[in-house]
Amino acid sequence: MTQTPTLEVRNLRTHFFTRAGVVKAVDDVSFTVPRGKVLGLVGESGSGKTVTGFSVMRLVDEPGRIAGGQILFKGQDLAKASEEEMRSLRGNRIAMIFQDPMMTLNPVLRIDTQMIETVQAHAKVSREEARQRARDTLGMVGIPSPDERLMSYPHQFSGGMRQRVAIAIALLHKPDLIVADEPTTALDVTIQGQILAEVQKLAAETGTSLIWITHDLSVVSGLADDIAVMYAGKVVEHGDVGEVLDTPLHPYTNGLLGSVPSRNKRGEPLRSIPGMTPSLFNLPAGCAFQARCPRAAEVCKQEPPFREWLPAREARCFIPHNVSEPGTKEQVA
Amino acid sequence: MSTTLNNIPMIELVNVSKRFSKTLDFAGKFAKKLGMPVREEVVHAVDGVNLSVRKGEVVGLVGESGCGKSTLGRMVAGIMPATEGDIFWQGQNTANLSGAKAKLAKLQTQMIFQDPMSSLNPRLRVSDIIGEAPLVHGMVKRDQLETYVDEQMRRAGLDPSYKRRYPHQFSGGQRQRIGIARALAVQPEFLVCDESVAALDVSIQAQVLNLFMKLRQELDLTYLFISHDLSVVEHLSDRVVIMYLGRVVEEAKAEDVFNRANHPYTQSLLNAVPRIEARKKAFQVVKGEIPSPLNPPKGCHFHPRCPMAMDRCRVERPLLKEIAPGHKSACHLNDAA
Amino acid sequence: MSATTAPTTPPPAVKPAKVETPFRRLVSEFCESKLALFGLIVFIIICLLALFAPWISPQNPYDLAQLDIMDGRLEPGTVGGAGFTYWLGTDDQGRDMLSGILYGLRISLTVGGGSAILACAVGASLGLLAAYAGKRTDTIIMRLVDLQLSFPTILAALMILAFLGKGVFNVVIALVIVEWAYYARTVRGTALVERRREYIEAAQCLALPTHRIIFRHLLPNCMPPIIVIGTMQIARAIALEATLSFLGLGVPITEPSLGLLIANGYEYMLSGKYWISFYPGIALLITIVSINLVGDQLRDVLNPRLKK
Repeated sequence: MTQTPTLEVRNLRTHFFTRAGVVKAVDDVSFTVPRGKVLGLVGESGSGKTVTGFSVMRLVDEPGRIAGGQILFKGQDLAKASEEEMRSLRGNRIAMIFQDPMMTLNPVLRIDTQMIETVQAHAKVSREEARQRARDTLGMVGIPSPDERLMSYPHQFSGGMRQRVAIAIALLHKPDLIVADEPTTALDVTIQGQILAEVQKLAAETGTSLIWITHDLSVVSGLADDIAVMYAGKVVEHGDVGEVLDTPLHPYTNGLLGSVPSRNKRGEPLRSIPGMTPSLFNLPAGCAFQARCPRAAEVCKQEPPFREWLPAREARCFIPHNVSEPGTKEQVA
Repeated sequence: MSTTLNNIPMIELVNVSKRFSKTLDFAGKFAKKLGMPVREEVVHAVDGVNLSVRKGEVVGLVGESGCGKSTLGRMVAGIMPATEGDIFWQGQNTANLSGAKAKLAKLQTQMIFQDPMSSLNPRLRVSDIIGEAPLVHGMVKRDQLETYVDEQMRRAGLDPSYKRRYPHQFSGGQRQRIGIARALAVQPEFLVCDESVAALDVSIQAQVLNLFMKLRQELDLTYLFISHDLSVVEHLSDRVVIMYLGRVVEEAKAEDVFNRANHPYTQSLLNAVPRIEARKKAFQVVKGEIPSPLNPPKGCHFHPRCPMAMDRCRVERPLLKEIAPGHKSACHLNDAA
Repeated sequence: MSATTAPTTPPPAVKPAKVETPFRRLVSEFCESKLALFGLIVFIIICLLALFAPWISPQNPYDLAQLDIMDGRLEPGTVGGAGFTYWLGTDDQGRDMLSGILYGLRISLTVGGGSAILACAVGASLGLLAAYAGKRTDTIIMRLVDLQLSFPTILAALMILAFLGKGVFNVVIALVIVEWAYYARTVRGTALVERRREYIEAAQCLALPTHRIIFRHLLPNCMPPIIVIGTMQIARAIALEATLSFLGLGVPITEPSLGLLIANGYEYMLSGKYWISFYPGIALLITIVSINLVGDQLRDVLNPRLKK
C-alpha cells in the first residue's frame, strides 16, 4: 500500500537574480519524505540546504524566487500555490523551526500571547481552549511548570528553553511536516542532547514528518531515517542513513566522513577535502566537485546524472565508491 | 614531544579567579540604604583555577556556556587581567613584569579568535593586518616587510598574491588562516585557540586543524585549545581540562578523560555527544538547565543535575584532587571510596 | 586509494578584476539610488556655483559703486539703467538677486560646512575618548553632552551670539558649540560596540600602543555614522545659520548669506515684490534637500543591518 508521501520535491530550482549575476542556490533538487519519517538534509555553507528549506515554506525573498520544479505537499504543488493558500498552511500543516529561536519569538510579547495567537490563527477556538492547548504542548516538549512559563517573556528563558518553546509553537496544530533549520547548532552539547531526545520521541509519537537541516553528520545519524547530502545547490547523494554513512557512494560524502575527527586516528592529520566550495557565481562545467575530488576524471567535465546506483541509493556521480562489486566494501573513511 | 631542560611550565595559573561585578552607582547605593532589594551583581566567571601547560604540550579546555573557558583563555593570552591569583610566564609572575619584558611576554602568547568575520579589521588590507605588529615592534625592517608577510601567508596556507585584498573578499576558512598568519608574524611560542574552528564547515575545519598540527611540529608551538567540541579536542590534545561554571572539574591525559572519565559531568558530557556510529539510538540526557553564572548553586556547582548527588555535595565545594597518576577530579564521590 | 591532504589551499576560483576596496563598494552601492545620485550632482553643481561666484556672477553685490539705487525693486527680467539684465530681479538696494544668491551661497556653505566639520572633529574625538577611556571620563563627557542637548538649539545659538557679537567667525563658533554634542553621542555609541569586537582584542594581544588602536583600528570603523550625521549636520548648520541671519544676529549686512537675503525681502512679500525673498529661499531649499538626499542614501548604504 503506497501512501502519498507527505512531501515530494521534484527538480526544485531556486535562483537568486542579483546585480552580480544569477546564483543557482538550489539547482535540481529532488527528494521524498514519507509520512512519519525523518529526512536529514546535510551540507556545508553554500550547499543550498537552508534555501531548500525556505523554498518548501515559500519563504524565499527577492531577489530569489523558485525558478522551476514541484513541491508536492500531500499531492498539492506548493510552488504554484497562492500566498493565501500558503498562509493557511504555514504554522498549521507545515511548520518551521529556525536556528535562532528569536526568529520565532517576539521579544516584547509574553509566551502565552504568542502561542494563543498562533492557535487562533488557524483554529476557531476560545482563548481558554487555546491556552489549554498551549499548556499541553509546552508539557509535550518537556518544559516544567508550563503555567508559570506561559506568563514569562522570551528573555527570561535560556537558549535551550527558547528553542523548546519554538518547537512547541511549531507543534500547536499538529502539522504534517516540520522543517527544522539547524535548531540545535547554537546550543550547548548537553542541551542539544535533551532537545534531540525530545524531538526523537515526538516524531515517533505524533507521526509528523521531519526535515532536519544540519551540517552535523552525527546528529543526522541518530535522528534521521533518510539522508540527502547537498553540494553547490544539488543533491549529490540520497538514501537510507545507515547505508549512506557506512558505505557512501559520492566522493564528497566520503570526504565529509573522513574529515570528522572521531573517524581519524588520534594525532594523525585528518583526511580533509582539499580546496574550497566553488563560488556559486562561477561553477565549473560538469560536476561541481571535480576540482576537489580524488577520483576526478575526464568524464566528470560533463554533468553527472542523478542515478540509482544501488537499490534506493542515488548519487550524482560517474565514478562513485562502493559500486564496483555490491558485495565487497571499498576502503573508505 | 620536546622535553625541557628545566621543569618550569611555560604558563602556570595559580588560584586564578575572575569576577565581573556591576557596582552600584549613586542611585543604587541610595536605594540600598532605604532597604530596597538591590545588590551588587557579581559573576564568578573563573573561580580558583590552577592550570599549567608545559612546552610543546597541547592542552584542551572543554566546557559549555558559562564555564569560563573563554575568559580563562583571555587571561592566559594577557588581554584580560585576573581579579585574583597569579599567572606565571616561564616562571615569572606577569604582574611583576614591566616595559620590554612585559611586552615580550605578551607577544609570545597569541590568540586565535572564534569569529572569522569580526576578528579581522575590515578596513585594513591583509598585508597590513599581518605586517602591522612586526613592523611596529621593530621585528622586521620596512624594506623586508613584504617578503616577511609573504612567508607568513604561505605558512598559513594562503596565496601571497592576495595580500592586497580586504577581509570581506575571503571565505571563513581563509579568514581564520589570516588570523593565524597574523599571530605567527610576531613569532609566538604559545597559542591560545578560542573556539577557532567552531564557526567553520567540517571540511574546512579539518584543513585548519591539520594546519594547527603542522605548525606545532614545524615551530614547536604550545597550545591551549579551547573548544566545546569534544571530538576535536580528543583528536588534538595531549591533556584535557574540563570546566563547569568557572571551576575545573576534571583534568587528565586525553585517553584517560575519554575512556575513564571520573567526574559525573564529564561522563554526562561524553554521553550527550552524538556519534556517527550511534544509529537511531536514543539520545542520552542530562537533566536540567545550565545554571546562570550570576547565581551558581552552592557547594558543588553540578549537584542539581548530578544523578549521584549526596547531601555533602549541596554544601561543600569539592576540591580538585589527584585520583590516579596525572588524573585529577573534583568530586566528593572519590572520597567515599 | 587514500585521500591525501593538499599542502596548501588553492586560491579562490574567482579572481576579481580589480581589488574591491571598501570605498569602491560604497560608491557602487550609493549609485544604486538614482535619486541620491541626482541629489549629489545638484549639490556638486551648487558648490561649483558658489566656488566660481566671483567669475560667473554678473555683478559684485558687495561693491557699492556698482549699485544704482534707482534700479531697486525691479522685477525679474527687467533691463536696468546700465543696459544690464536682472534675471532674478533686484532687492531694495538695487543689488542683482542672481549675484546676491551666488555670493550668499558661498557664505552659507562656508559657514555651514565649516562649522559641521569643526564640530565633527571636536565631537568625534570626545566621543572616542569617552568610549575608550570609560568610567569617569565617559561620565563627565556624556553629562556635558546631555547639558548641551537640553538647550533648544536656536536659543543656545542666540545666547552665544549675543555674547560674542556678530560676524562670520562668531557664527561658526556658535554653531560648533551647538553641534558637537550630536557627534560625540553617536560616535561614543558606535565606538562602545566596536571596542568589544575581536579585532580590537587582537590588536591588544599584539601589544599595539593604545593611540594606534584608537586611531588606526577604532576610528575608521566608527566612520559610517560620522559620515551620515556629518551630511545631515551640514544641512542643519546651513539652515541654522540662515535662521540666525534672518533674525538679524548672524552674518553682517555687508556679506549677506541666503538667510539674510530672505530677511531683507521679508517686508516686501505681501506687496507683490516676492522675488527678493523667494529666489534666495528656493536656493536654500535646493541646497538643503540635495544634501538630505545624499545623507539618506548614505545612511542606508552604510547601515550594516540592511546589508543582505
